[in-house]
Amino acid sequence: MPPLVEVRHLVKQFPRRGGFLAKPGVVRAVNDITFTVDEGETFGLVGESGSGKTTTGRCILRLIEPTSGEILFRGQNVVAFSRKELRQARRHMQIVFQDPYSSLNPRMRVRQIIEEPLVIHKRGGRDERMARVVDLYRLVGLDPTTIDRYPHEFSGGQRQRIGVARALALNPSFIIADEPVSALDVSIQAQVVNLLIELQQKLGLAYLFIAHDLRLVEHICRRTAVMYFGRIVEMAETARLFNNPQHAYTKALLSAIPVPDPDHKPARIELNPKDVNMEAPLREVAPGHWAAI
Amino acid sequence: MTPEQPLLRVEDLTTTFTMPSGTVRAVDHVSFELRRGETLGIVGESGSGKSMTALSILRLVQPPGKIQGGPISFNGRHDLLELSERGMRAIRGAEIGFIFQEPMTALNPVFTIGDQIAEALLVHRRATRSGARTKVLELLEAVRIPDPVRRLRDYPHQMSGGMRQRVLIAIALACQPLLLIADEPTTALDVTIQAEILDLLQEMKEKFHLALLLITHDLGVVAGHADRVAVMYAGRIVESGPMRQVFRSPEHPYTRGLLASIPGGVPGQRLQAIEGTVPNLANLPGGCAFEPRCPYRFDLCSTLPPDAYEVGPDQRARCYLHDPGRA
Repeated sequence: MPPLVEVRHLVKQFPRRGGFLAKPGVVRAVNDITFTVDEGETFGLVGESGSGKTTTGRCILRLIEPTSGEILFRGQNVVAFSRKELRQARRHMQIVFQDPYSSLNPRMRVRQIIEEPLVIHKRGGRDERMARVVDLYRLVGLDPTTIDRYPHEFSGGQRQRIGVARALALNPSFIIADEPVSALDVSIQAQVVNLLIELQQKLGLAYLFIAHDLRLVEHICRRTAVMYFGRIVEMAETARLFNNPQHAYTKALLSAIPVPDPDHKPARIELNPKDVNMEAPLREVAPGHWAAI
Repeated sequence: MTPEQPLLRVEDLTTTFTMPSGTVRAVDHVSFELRRGETLGIVGESGSGKSMTALSILRLVQPPGKIQGGPISFNGRHDLLELSERGMRAIRGAEIGFIFQEPMTALNPVFTIGDQIAEALLVHRRATRSGARTKVLELLEAVRIPDPVRRLRDYPHQMSGGMRQRVLIAIALACQPLLLIADEPTTALDVTIQAEILDLLQEMKEKFHLALLLITHDLGVVAGHADRVAVMYAGRIVESGPMRQVFRSPEHPYTRGLLASIPGGVPGQRLQAIEGTVPNLANLPGGCAFEPRCPYRFDLCSTLPPDAYEVGPDQRARCYLHDPGRA
């Protein structure tokens, strides 16, 4: 089966303003990355802040314009789409943001927030839309008697559920989840993770799961790519990546995870930036296991 | 031989905030002890009162917050809450060092980091102007900032988050405190930098025989670094004890739930979530604050908040399941 999403040689450069002594130039936030996401799979994207994970997610939806490269969705190049075609394509690709406090319009009732994508895409009549909104609301585990409230009346976990309901409104097949639980309390994170797992099973969704919580990535992602300074430096099936990391940065990253086991003996591997050859191309070190070494 | 006095003993600390809508107990009858050289991990979610406990010990609670209860005895002083503001100032930053979460905002952007470390020394008269430079260099070396002679003249914006947190640790350690309070010291940092900072804290603790109050929401951080742990929920310590014991046999349903919800086990399977939502402190249930979410609740739980019952050697849990008078 062909992949659902194919990212080919994606590059995003941001202009950098000159300073007192610095010359203007460009920052390569995303520097020639290539990966695929299959139908119904969860693909993890990890890396430190500034490594380009979020920029990659936003480029795929063209929320920011890529500098170059191709993004194929079901074989069609999203980068070449006109505005109208892009709008059509966005029905199938949605995003759940990190911060459930700033990603919902505080002046809209929750009902309107979830209905908005249906209105924009002219889906159904008023009654049909209302029925769909209530269905979605139930699907994400919220009580329909609260549907006419405003976002501030909900807790962080509930707001994230509202964000998920809005993302699901148009029946997408691909969702970019950009740190969807990291702003939530520890005891609430597992609830939202379970919701994402359930929805995937029910609706056959594929996720691009952007996260820095590696324990969570290990748990829910089938395959994972590790980003470092705008490049993918390693990519493999998650279990393989965690058990047999090849790249110096992956080794350092995995060895730094705090393990909630009092008998765990940390064996931390420190990263010496000199050990990283930034020019090394990604090569297949074992079937399905790629590393830039 | 008399048993060693704890360095810090907090008894029945309560910190309230009076709002137009009513009084909120951000910290509610919190008691614990910390011995020299020991690390106590305080774990809790946002609003659990863990940071407010730290601020109360330092007497940095801003109005309308009000510290009640106590005493807080520290290093032979009967009660920090009785000290004058002047007396307290001599302790803050000298006998008790502290570092907070945001390494980006805790430093003054218009002074070099050398000046800011020297300030800590000069304020507490631990160095003369001429001697300060040598001491600052020693401190920068101790917290492993490379090329300290050059870094001395850097401004905060020239440093990464991890480096700034090292500078803050240097400031906190400048006067050789007996106690270091670290409130989510690594939350804003990447995981590799987090590990470096935690290792550094561990090293500093051993080198200077510090007691460490480590406040975090991450059970992994506690497992790697604490000797004892106190779990807070809605302003109270619901369980406390030796770290290994609490991790191996958690007795409060909230502690059990937190440990069970950590991702692990079979990949792709549902996690064991704690159902329900974190309670609003202004509107707490009359009994145990965890009762509405507790899978083990029974009639007694909604009556009054439970006492802390002994559940193991040096381990306590505020839960009626462990009330010896119940059976």
